[in-house]
Amino acid sequence: MRDFSYLRADSVEAARNAAALPGAMLLAGGTTLIDLAKCGVAEPSTVIDISHIEGLAAIDVTADRAAIGALAKMSHVADNAEIKSYFPAVSEALWQAASAQLRNMATIGGNLMQRTRCPYFRDPQNFPACNKRAPGSGCSAIGGVTRGHAVLGVSEACIATYPGDLAVALIAFDAEVDLGERKLKVEDFFLAPGATAEQEHDIRPGEVITAIEIPGSAAARRSTYIKVRDRQSYEFAAASAAVGLELEGDGRTVRDIRVALGGVATKPWRARAVEDALKGKALDEETVRKASELAMAGAVDHGANHYKIALAPRVIARAILKLGETA
Amino acid sequence: MTVHDMKHAASDSARLEAVGGRLSRVDGPAKITGAAHYAVEQQLEGLTHAVLVGATIAAGKVSGIDTRAAETAPGVLAVLTPDTIMPLNGASDWFGNPSPQPTFLPLVREVTFSGQHVAAVVAETFEQAVAAAALVKVWYDEMPAIVDLSDGKAGDGIPIDAMTKEWGDAQAAFAAAPVRICAAYNTPREFQAAMEPHGLIARWEGDELTVWEPSQWLDGMARTYAEWFSVPFENVRLVSPYIGGGFGSKALALAHSAVAAAAARMLGRPVKLVLNRPQNFTSYGGRAATRQTVAIGADRDGKIQSIVHRGVNETAVDGMWVEPLGSVTSIMYATPNFSSKQNVVRVNTVVPGAKRAPGENPSAFGIECAIDELAHELGIDPLEMRLINYAEQDPHAKKAWSTRQLREAFAAGAEAFGWAKRSPQPRAMRDGHQLIGWGVAAGTYPVRRAHGEAVVRIMADGSVVVESSSIDMGQGTYTILAQTAAETLGVPVERVSVKLGDSHFARAGVTGGSRLAGVMTGAVYKAAGQALDELIGLALSDTRSPFQKLQANTLQVRDGRIASPRGEGPEITIAELMSAVGRDHIEAKGDTLPASTTPEERYKNYTTIAMSIPHTEGEYSRHSWCAHFVEVRVDEDFGTVRVSRVVSALDSGRLYNPKLAESQWKGGIIMGIGQALLEEGVVDRRHGRIVNGNFADYMLPTNADIPDIQTISVGIPDPHSSALGGKGVGELAIVGIAPAIANAVFHATGKRVRDLPITLEKLI
Repeated sequence: MRDFSYLRADSVEAARNAAALPGAMLLAGGTTLIDLAKCGVAEPSTVIDISHIEGLAAIDVTADRAAIGALAKMSHVADNAEIKSYFPAVSEALWQAASAQLRNMATIGGNLMQRTRCPYFRDPQNFPACNKRAPGSGCSAIGGVTRGHAVLGVSEACIATYPGDLAVALIAFDAEVDLGERKLKVEDFFLAPGATAEQEHDIRPGEVITAIEIPGSAAARRSTYIKVRDRQSYEFAAASAAVGLELEGDGRTVRDIRVALGGVATKPWRARAVEDALKGKALDEETVRKASELAMAGAVDHGANHYKIALAPRVIARAILKLGETA
Repeated sequence: MTVHDMKHAASDSARLEAVGGRLSRVDGPAKITGAAHYAVEQQLEGLTHAVLVGATIAAGKVSGIDTRAAETAPGVLAVLTPDTIMPLNGASDWFGNPSPQPTFLPLVREVTFSGQHVAAVVAETFEQAVAAAALVKVWYDEMPAIVDLSDGKAGDGIPIDAMTKEWGDAQAAFAAAPVRICAAYNTPREFQAAMEPHGLIARWEGDELTVWEPSQWLDGMARTYAEWFSVPFENVRLVSPYIGGGFGSKALALAHSAVAAAAARMLGRPVKLVLNRPQNFTSYGGRAATRQTVAIGADRDGKIQSIVHRGVNETAVDGMWVEPLGSVTSIMYATPNFSSKQNVVRVNTVVPGAKRAPGENPSAFGIECAIDELAHELGIDPLEMRLINYAEQDPHAKKAWSTRQLREAFAAGAEAFGWAKRSPQPRAMRDGHQLIGWGVAAGTYPVRRAHGEAVVRIMADGSVVVESSSIDMGQGTYTILAQTAAETLGVPVERVSVKLGDSHFARAGVTGGSRLAGVMTGAVYKAAGQALDELIGLALSDTRSPFQKLQANTLQVRDGRIASPRGEGPEITIAELMSAVGRDHIEAKGDTLPASTTPEERYKNYTTIAMSIPHTEGEYSRHSWCAHFVEVRVDEDFGTVRVSRVVSALDSGRLYNPKLAESQWKGGIIMGIGQALLEEGVVDRRHGRIVNGNFADYMLPTNADIPDIQTISVGIPDPHSSALGGKGVGELAIVGIAPAIANAVFHATGKRVRDLPITLEKLI
């Protein structure tokens, strides 16, 4: 870790001004920034502490809309009664993320900025080549240890998996991120690597995430998040699925369905092909399993992560069938 | 008190403070309140901080190091390289064999593994040292590395003839057997992963060195430092009052220890060096990766006719580690024909080391899975299979067991688990999406014995001090030695303070191989007995004693009060007697060595493992035993395995403190669950480097992965194993857990996974 300047912002305006400085990075819960600074990935020249800004931690939820302040802690959102009622997948995704200690520190805005766990990205000393860290330097992961790497949205520049859980639930329900001057879909906020792996988010110098808004829906009310991993807690997803379901009055025909994937793609991944295949269909196991396979169209594996192509559709199917059974 | 008498005092109904009582850890409050200061938490005047620079290649030469930017960085006091660090003398190994190299450079020019230390920066603050270390530029001439056992360049390795165990004609008997199974079992590189990282503070005062360093062997490490720096053994003081987990990794002074001590000597200031978490995966060895082939030939009624076993473990290019893979294979089952041989293969890794039950742990994975496969092949219940082939004596040493309560363990465990309700066919039990499987496996660990010494001091106020340079890394040494002294002297346990972890105290050998409790309770028992004899002798004979006129033969001490056995005459406290006879303390140093032992032999006994007593010495073969019964739930879609129930019945002989023994057993079982399902050091084959060297990516079980664990003690006092009748505790319970889980996974799914860990992609 090298020396840096520390500024404490007492307003969003001050934070925006400071965030426009070259080499500036925002500090909220610190669970990602401090970690990355320790392993030599983040080397900010200025750290702007936004954790003391007032009014950014509010959680306002009705059946129609959730508005979550950027500084709300993961654990507070996960435990919010209205979030649990109207957006259960959001609560479940948060509960299954990280550890209790991290959830108590980490903020919702910071969670969206969480970086990949790709071991090559995280070790600049031993693996200098990484297009995320040093554009054009190459990808050390391709040809290396790839068990945790992405199979969807990959490019020749980068196969690093987006590690988070919350954003997977957010994109399933068309959540938006509030950047002050702009609001955009969370789904569009995350960028697949393409040829520019260093650009992970559509955020510009001087922009600060202030809130996340999730429109309410019947599908969000009947939703779940299933996360599969070798360890029962404190592990990133081998594959995860956020699913919301709205059925017709017959209790089995799909009126609306939302499917998003985590742990298998370079960004939180909406599986619209699965949604389209099931809308208007009656739910039965075979139909659901077959439709879930569509999520993996275009999947590319790198050997050790091949299992994800088989696993992810099973996770989707489990989530859909679980919601269908609770009719 | 004899062992026979002790047996009656050993039940759980014994007084809390007595040996065999369930006294809580006496060091617990200090640890949970933060009052316990660990080695590197010492605050020293003028302390400086060292940070290591590790090689980024796995094999080759350092062709150049540019230290200029680092040297001029703020706060930097020195940048050490192979050219500038002071050369040390080669130190002897842990058997006491002299080093083949006369000199030792803890920073290297020839790199044999990724992460090997090539330079170090010392600065006024830790942050300055970290920043400057990143400025050190190193160039290499890289050579092709042998990455691991599966590397094409690795070859078959070196035969280790000392590991060969053979009787009968194993090959012919296997070929002739009507039922045969043969399979290969692999375990990956695993790490001790202690919470407390390795590290030390080294301070020189003239030619005297003090080292604060977590240590499983103060005297052994002090010897190494003394030899490195050519100073007398007595000039080195190791201090290690608490250890935040060792699991075998903290018994030796290592290269990074030498760097810190050399830097302190060169700078004339104390130096603190703590390995960061990734360095804890490359600066010392974990459990070597192993491969075994187990072939068993049997009759149709399940009687084993032959076992043919071949094993391989990885070792380093420049260091030797043998993980004895035939250790359980050769003793668990009766067989008329047997053959076990082992090779080691050199790969570019730091030299592997001891991790909880080295040898026995992977050995059991092979034989205990193979016996399950044989049982399935024959359609015999796997528990019945083990009883059919029960070894009534040590099949290898051909000696009687000192005690072997394994049959009792099978019976007690099966009863508590409900094994009789198991359906033999795989995939017979399910709960929704979860396939349920039950598995059994046995485990064993030899009783390693050695000699120890202790000082017991009765103070003027009637309190008691016990001193030993042995250590407590969480296993309960502080507590059981307090219990031993309290019971022997007849004082309340809270009046006993145990002081450990200082090499200037009475000496002790290595804390490893589950030997310490047996050795040290014996030494304290003896020293306390001597102190008691002196106390009673004074009371009976000193003219100032109120007992002198009694003309009694003896006195007894209970709850710190002295009286005649029949209650005649006075009853006074120890403090009152000490005051009456004008003594400020009574001190006894007791050891378990023969009286004829020379000073040289004593030194060797405590600073090497060369004088350990073989577990098959004399008429008996001495081992701890256990039987594990495990239930797993496997998600049929996801391949995820969760352990939902564990019942283990264990024979560790007499338990000095059942509460602490159960905790150690459970710790071993939990570590075994991690080994079975999660742990693997993953190597990038292009770079020969561990890529998951941190606690987020090197998977250890969390609380959510651990079910309720039931342990049942089936041990009886074993007078041949230790002075007070105990056998080993700490390592036993991990042995056999991984095969029990693998066997349960087979029972759940019908799939045999022979490569640990059993991760989800192996089951979908």
